Amino acid sequence: MRTIAIMNRVIKELLRDKRTLALMFLAPILILWLMSVIFTANSTTNVNVGTVAISSSVSTNLNQVKHVNVKHYQSTKTARKALKDDKIDAIIHKSGNDYTITHANTDSSKTSAVKMAFRSALVAANVKTMKTQLGAAKATINKLQKMLPVQAQQKLRAQSQGQVSASKQSASPKITNHYVYGDSSTGFFDKMLPILMGFFVFFFVFLISGMALLKERTSGTLSRLLATPVKRSEIVFGYMASYGILAVFQTILIVVATIWLLGVEVVGSVFNIIIINLILALVALAFGILLSTFANSEFQMMQFIPLVVIPQVFFSGIIPMDSMASWIKDISYVIPIKYSGDAVTGIMMQGKNLTSFGLDIGVLLIFLVVLTILNVVGLKRYRKV
Amino acid sequence: MTNAIIDLTHLVKKFGKQTVLKDINLQVMSGEIVGLIGPSGAGKSTVIKTALGMELADGGSATVFGKVMPNRQLLARIGYMAQTDALYETLSGRENLKFYAQMKGIHKSEISDSISHVADVVNLADDLDKRVSGYSGGMMRRLSLAIALLGNPELLILDEPTVGIDPALRRQIWKELNAIRDEERSILITTHVMDEAELCDKVALLLGGKVIAFDEPVVLKMQYKVDSIEEVFLKAEGEFK
Repeated sequence: MRTIAIMNRVIKELLRDKRTLALMFLAPILILWLMSVIFTANSTTNVNVGTVAISSSVSTNLNQVKHVNVKHYQSTKTARKALKDDKIDAIIHKSGNDYTITHANTDSSKTSAVKMAFRSALVAANVKTMKTQLGAAKATINKLQKMLPVQAQQKLRAQSQGQVSASKQSASPKITNHYVYGDSSTGFFDKMLPILMGFFVFFFVFLISGMALLKERTSGTLSRLLATPVKRSEIVFGYMASYGILAVFQTILIVVATIWLLGVEVVGSVFNIIIINLILALVALAFGILLSTFANSEFQMMQFIPLVVIPQVFFSGIIPMDSMASWIKDISYVIPIKYSGDAVTGIMMQGKNLTSFGLDIGVLLIFLVVLTILNVVGLKRYRKV
Repeated sequence: MTNAIIDLTHLVKKFGKQTVLKDINLQVMSGEIVGLIGPSGAGKSTVIKTALGMELADGGSATVFGKVMPNRQLLARIGYMAQTDALYETLSGRENLKFYAQMKGIHKSEISDSISHVADVVNLADDLDKRVSGYSGGMMRRLSLAIALLGNPELLILDEPTVGIDPALRRQIWKELNAIRDEERSILITTHVMDEAELCDKVALLLGGKVIAFDEPVVLKMQYKVDSIEEVFLKAEGEFK
């Protein structure tokens, strides 16, 4: 079988290229580890807020909000200077009954943190005022009650006690959080991981297989290969088999590393994830081989990265698609990583079965078949039969 | 004409608007070494590629073993050596030979015999297990020739086979080529080395997309009234201009 002979040769070549192997297997783990550190370590931002002419209750409450420091300023002028000098991130100024907040707005997360903190502080202050008012009202009611006849007093007391106990229950609702997937530390990284995993498989298989076929072409081995009775399809299938095997190992390594090293929870079956990534790898391979025919050198192959690989990230689902214009959403339907990302996310986070991703797998298989046919036909450029 | 192994008649080949081959007539009989000479860019490699079926003729016909090229199955009976060495450098010499042997469809049981035979011919037997990346230029050329010789093909098509090979080894290779010819197998060879052209049974002179002379070296020398093929070449080129 020539296909197997080609597969053996490609694998042998890859195994002897230690640097490329290291790139395929160690680089994804390094990047994943870095990302997990970056995206999970410090998700809170500390903000400094300057206040001018703010009631003490509001400013105390503001100070009590976590990660917020409050500084008082006598006038707007000094506060503005502090803002300019980057000492504070926002100024809250009260004139009459209205509040004016001036944000430095150099960091959007800080801006929203200030907004949130101020709102909650204001609510807390309002509640406090209401409480004191309520207390005063109660005292008045008690006074009035004492003036009433004894029978009516008892009746009222019983009623108000019931009310008090009821209001006690509703006064401080206890909030308990339940997480379907992961725990309170589950963050952005966990959402990205299934897509990133696909991206690594896609990126490395695309690049390395494209380069490999390009080298076959420029070194003349491809035309020599085609001067033997080998079928064009046997060459393409030989490459698919070898890079398919490579992708299986790469996926296993990435999955194991993410589970053991990064402590990410995989609800579904690891086997299913491997299947999806294997199909994705074959799509990437067919894509890489196809595009390598349009490149005349390794450098030209690299030029496909910003054109082909990077857009995959944008439309893969890492950036929420809901907010995008509908025509942009349509682009994502031709992005292979979107389908693998959807499927792997479902398997990893919701423990779904392969069968529930029939559509995603189907689309990936269509990509695969079309690209493979294009490749087999495309080799006709180098031999007419 | 019945036993012509390669038969190119009125062959025309165009690349875009450029006509590379205008009218090529060339026959290689069995048991014959035909040398193809001509200046660079004359279209020698295009003749070879058309004979192999890598390019499609735009006019005329190209038949090999009596069948119209391109024909994939026939490639099993042709040994081809390209101008570039076309080797897998991370593999050893033996692994290269084994891979191409598998591609040619040589039977499993015959592969190792075939490898040791061709390695002896090109004097590479001792270096077969070294990686090709450590080979010298001449060793790579020899390995490339060995690949073409695998499986005793009935037809050898060699594009500049002796570039970078030292005189002693060149002589040995020609001895082997003559032995192949004596087995009634055929060889089409392109060369720049004119004293090699003298060794061929017939020489075809390719100029301006046409074969302007095709005969035995002795006849050609008489025709042009000169002493060597080199002078035939120069004189023909001068006349052509």
